[in-house]
Amino acid sequence: MENLVILKKEDLNDFVMQIARTKKVVAPVKKGVKSFAFEEVTSGERIDLDYTSTILPPKKYFLPQKETIVEYDKSKKKWTPTLYSEEIVLFGVHTCDLFGIQCLDIIFSENPKDFNYILRKNRILIIGLECSNYCDENASCALMDNHNPNGGYDLFFTEIDDRFIIHVNTYHGEKLINKTGLCTKADKRDISELRLLKERKRNVFKNEVDIPYAELKPLFEKSMKSKVWDEIGEKCVSCGNCTNVCPTCYCFDIIDDINLDLNTGTRTRVWDSCQNGSFAEVAGGENFREDRGERQRHRLNRKFNYPVSKFRRYFCTGCGRCTRACVAGIDLKETINSLIEEKKGN
Amino acid sequence: MDKREIRKSPYDIKQGKILDVKQMTESEKSFKIALQGGDLLDHDPGQFVMVSIPGIGDAPISISSSPTQRGYFELVVRNVGKLTGALHKMEAGDTVGIRGPLGNGFPIRLLEGNDLMFVAGGLGIVPLRSLINYVNDNRRNFGKVSILLGCKSPTEMLFHEELSHWEERLDVNFSVTVDSAAPDWRGNVGMITSLIPGVDLDSKRTFAIVVGPPVMYKFVINELLAKNIPESQIYMSLERHMKCGVGVCGHCQIGGSYCCKDGPVFCYTKVKNNIEAL
Repeated sequence: MENLVILKKEDLNDFVMQIARTKKVVAPVKKGVKSFAFEEVTSGERIDLDYTSTILPPKKYFLPQKETIVEYDKSKKKWTPTLYSEEIVLFGVHTCDLFGIQCLDIIFSENPKDFNYILRKNRILIIGLECSNYCDENASCALMDNHNPNGGYDLFFTEIDDRFIIHVNTYHGEKLINKTGLCTKADKRDISELRLLKERKRNVFKNEVDIPYAELKPLFEKSMKSKVWDEIGEKCVSCGNCTNVCPTCYCFDIIDDINLDLNTGTRTRVWDSCQNGSFAEVAGGENFREDRGERQRHRLNRKFNYPVSKFRRYFCTGCGRCTRACVAGIDLKETINSLIEEKKGN
Repeated sequence: MDKREIRKSPYDIKQGKILDVKQMTESEKSFKIALQGGDLLDHDPGQFVMVSIPGIGDAPISISSSPTQRGYFELVVRNVGKLTGALHKMEAGDTVGIRGPLGNGFPIRLLEGNDLMFVAGGLGIVPLRSLINYVNDNRRNFGKVSILLGCKSPTEMLFHEELSHWEERLDVNFSVTVDSAAPDWRGNVGMITSLIPGVDLDSKRTFAIVVGPPVMYKFVINELLAKNIPESQIYMSLERHMKCGVGVCGHCQIGGSYCCKDGPVFCYTKVKNNIEAL
């Protein structure tokens, strides 16, 4: 296995500092008792590799909450499509979030291609991080088969004792490793320990919901008229937390701003949420998804049903963020279980 | 942060010069627009454009002229929102931004050689006119043509001159009904559905093309099915809230379909089982 190298844990600080000299490095940082966020770091000291789940997924670097897509000049009657981007090394991404980025890649690479996304993404190097345990009880990564990596990274770190075993997956990743000069080749012992860890994970990660992966789409297809949607619609407060923290939610609004010269300005893309009451309302006042239960049904069908028809994959990563962030206590695993129960009852 | 221009962007905007503005009813205006440099819009009937006004934003507007009408295209706009309100204040000589044409239009190649029945309710005549005029300009490529039009009252009727032209043409069966009218109205009064049973048609070779307010579809489709028109020969154009117009932003989704990219024209078979469509 030529593409495995070793970095001693004591050298991590050096590793990050070296990269940070020329590039912006972003990594998980502790923000509160149980909260973490991806943030810019300049050394390894603030990085918390035992982090559970960050509040926001790394999608904020790929699809910023607010981004300029067009700049205009009224007097010249000119609109210029514009991109602001930077080189980033994204360090310590869990496998669920790697999958989330892969989902976004698919959406924005469809024709007509979104070059604001694609050109920005091409300047981000992704370093994944293996999970040996669950973040918490809200995760359903084994159900979604995202507890192990399915590609989507340049380098992938697995922490074993005093070292990281790094899978070098791309040429860009290889260049980064060579530049630091801190890594050595993995030997047989490393490889067998890596294998042991993967085997141990099989006993740790078990499907969290009583339904096979392939049955999820049929379950949602058959549940379009379910009472469960009315029930969670009763609880939902339409705050949009679930969609904001979701690694695969990408809906947006487009807003024009004008500068103080009253001549030039920008067209901005900002995150929006299908949970907002006016999301599907047209100018005449007709609202095509007025009911909160309908909006929740729509959100979950966009994870477990519609994308499977289009892209042969679920758009739920199993990260558990929607459950963690819900102020009304709507729990994804509970919702799926209720749908299963309802179908059994029928 | 580094800044760069993007040469090929779905958000690229062309300049559209307003050649003429016409007040059509109390709340609708018609705009004749030409692209800068004489570029052709090159649209299919049933497609739409995103109209931009800097500092205000953009909104999807269906193209109401046929591509056979070259040199300029027409938009008929009701003053209901922020963008349309600003557009109504604009005059001939002003410039707006145009993105598009976007979406899938009516399936002209499928319609050719067949009988057509157009059913338009209210503002539905605006996108439908692009196809009606296309058919009239290529009249010998099509079989029998019937146009059924319904609107709230005679004062809300659009395209008066063209309507009377359609009425006069021998190769078009035209009928119109209004929900309510003053005593001097000499036409039909009643819902648009009341016009359908009376149409003499060969269901096997008739395609029905339906455009109107959301509430209309269910009733009209029931009448069409009662006339034995096959489900695969019923087409409609749907309206939803749109922001990007290219199948990403999510606002226009109808279940798993994007109204802007998969539509706005849909075959009935594609949407009949979609709980969010009709």
